[in-house]
Amino acid sequence: MLAAAWFFQGTNTRLSLNPVDLIIIVLYFVLVLGLGLYLRKFTTTGEEFFMAGREMTAWIAGLSFISANLGSLEMMGYAAATYQYGILVAHAYWIGAIPAILFLGLVMMPFYYICKTHSVPGYLMLRYGDGARLLSAISFAVMTILMSGINMYSMAIIMKVILGWNIHFSIWVSSLTVALYVMAGGLLSAIFNEVLQFFLIWIGCLVIPVVGLIETGGWAGMVHRIQTNFPGQDFIHMWSTTGSFTGNPMGVHWTGIVFGWGLAISFGYWTTDFLVVQRVMAAKDLRSAQLGTVIGAFFKMMVPLIVILPGLLALAVLPFHLVPESQGGIPNAHTYNEALPLMLARYCGPGLLGLGVTALVAGFMSGMAGNVTAFTTVWTYDIYKPYIRKNAADSHYVSMGRWCSFLGVFVSIGTAYLVMNFSSIIVYAQVIFVFFIVPMFGTVILGMLWKRTTPAAGFWGLLAGILTSFGLWAWVKFDPSALRHVAFSPDAKDMAENVYRAMWSLIANVVVTVAVSLFTRPKPEHELKGLVYGMTDLAPEGHFPFFRRPITWAAAVAVGFVLLNLLFW
Amino acid sequence: MEKHFIPIWFFIGSLLTIYGVLILASGIYELFAPPTTPVAMSHLHIGIWWGCGMLLLGLAYVFRFRPKGKDV
Repeated sequence: MLAAAWFFQGTNTRLSLNPVDLIIIVLYFVLVLGLGLYLRKFTTTGEEFFMAGREMTAWIAGLSFISANLGSLEMMGYAAATYQYGILVAHAYWIGAIPAILFLGLVMMPFYYICKTHSVPGYLMLRYGDGARLLSAISFAVMTILMSGINMYSMAIIMKVILGWNIHFSIWVSSLTVALYVMAGGLLSAIFNEVLQFFLIWIGCLVIPVVGLIETGGWAGMVHRIQTNFPGQDFIHMWSTTGSFTGNPMGVHWTGIVFGWGLAISFGYWTTDFLVVQRVMAAKDLRSAQLGTVIGAFFKMMVPLIVILPGLLALAVLPFHLVPESQGGIPNAHTYNEALPLMLARYCGPGLLGLGVTALVAGFMSGMAGNVTAFTTVWTYDIYKPYIRKNAADSHYVSMGRWCSFLGVFVSIGTAYLVMNFSSIIVYAQVIFVFFIVPMFGTVILGMLWKRTTPAAGFWGLLAGILTSFGLWAWVKFDPSALRHVAFSPDAKDMAENVYRAMWSLIANVVVTVAVSLFTRPKPEHELKGLVYGMTDLAPEGHFPFFRRPITWAAAVAVGFVLLNLLFW
Repeated sequence: MEKHFIPIWFFIGSLLTIYGVLILASGIYELFAPPTTPVAMSHLHIGIWWGCGMLLLGLAYVFRFRPKGKDV
């Protein structure tokens, strides 16, 4: 999806904004800056600045949890992928997210929350010691800043193409706005803006499926039009075409979807990426953190309404076929990546178009703010405090956090310009991200569920997973025929290769972690309290009525998840 | 002293109210001065419906979560 921005430069879509559209966009910037400045007086301690005081309600934690993930680049990229691969892309929102999010909420959140750690690397420190913490903190910090810059560059490119805005103007205005409100209000400001972004994205983008389904005469009418426009191609089944690698547009087998996408990648991301986990760790109590996670799962499950459905509607209603990015330079041609902007332009008049553009801008800015706040917390608590300046006053670390936020944004701007000149970085960034995030899941979950896991195993298992992922990627890069071994098919597309590589790295992580644990010494049990299953006092929920228990709502979401998969089988 | 900030829902309601007014006004204006190149399905006047909806939702949030005495 990150490659979308790289290829966007040859596209032809141009949206014309009216004065009312511009007013709507400007008002958004005024509000986010004002919110940041207002919230500054409530973020004077480290706990307030880095963890929003751990006072967030379940709804705020949950909506910001899902908004931190719901970036505009992803939205545009998945709408484009839907145009190319059909409803199969919804796996990213269902099996690729829901089981992992519910697992995070019900199984892992108690350990994250009870140990009162500030970050995921912080949990690794408590559980395994310095080695695992430092490896994860450095890799996370580097990746987060890189992703922040890529987000900013991608936004600037997309705004240039669809609105004609100057790239430098987009980068600097948005970045400085983010810098100011994050520097002022820390995580609290970022969370507030993410909740705001959630409303804007839904209200701004819901116009497309509502009007689109009216135009096509409902779902059946849309399917009929797709089959008329693209005879012989199946865009509307999620599982029935995955019995073979060649039976579906994506070239993926169901084993890859379930074990690669559904297990390795999704669990790796949703349970250990501090960018999203930090939001629910800021909840006011454990039950709110768990409920917030379940709320996030519900809305994640609904996202296909505003991302996948517009992609399908584009297949049905656009009077021309979109082309791959490689053909984007053809005059009057529109690429897959223009699916969402084209649908916005199709249905949104003055005002609504400004709202849609504001939603996209908000998505990019929230993504950058989320990356910067996560980076700031990991830098301050997992690198600066333990290795550079120990035992300083809390106010010192708050100052470090504020300046780190500001400098982090500038480093992101630098990354954005670096990517502008070396755009292949985008292609590698997402691949590199998977190198680190999937093995992290194996290390964290074994640490939480098996008290026999040793500190040495935590480090070596994590390293083994990272090196396995990198090694397999390099093997396929230099010998494309290796794809039949890594992804079980020489026809596997990039997305399929990623999911299988993730699966192998997780297996390597688990095998090495278990093996090293059997030959090294574990921590004494008294040091594992609050960190491991069986050594943690989990508050009973029996006194709560069933409708106030997280597991009840998690079960409801799980039932919904199953029904949706059956409905679109 | 415990600090109480104005709930985020109030700010969201305020923004939705203003946006609702702007979009509703645009929609009504288009009724009397239709654009030369209208969007698809323009006969639905979706701007009016959406603007109304946002305005009502915004006002509901503003009244429900308006600052109370202890909020600073």
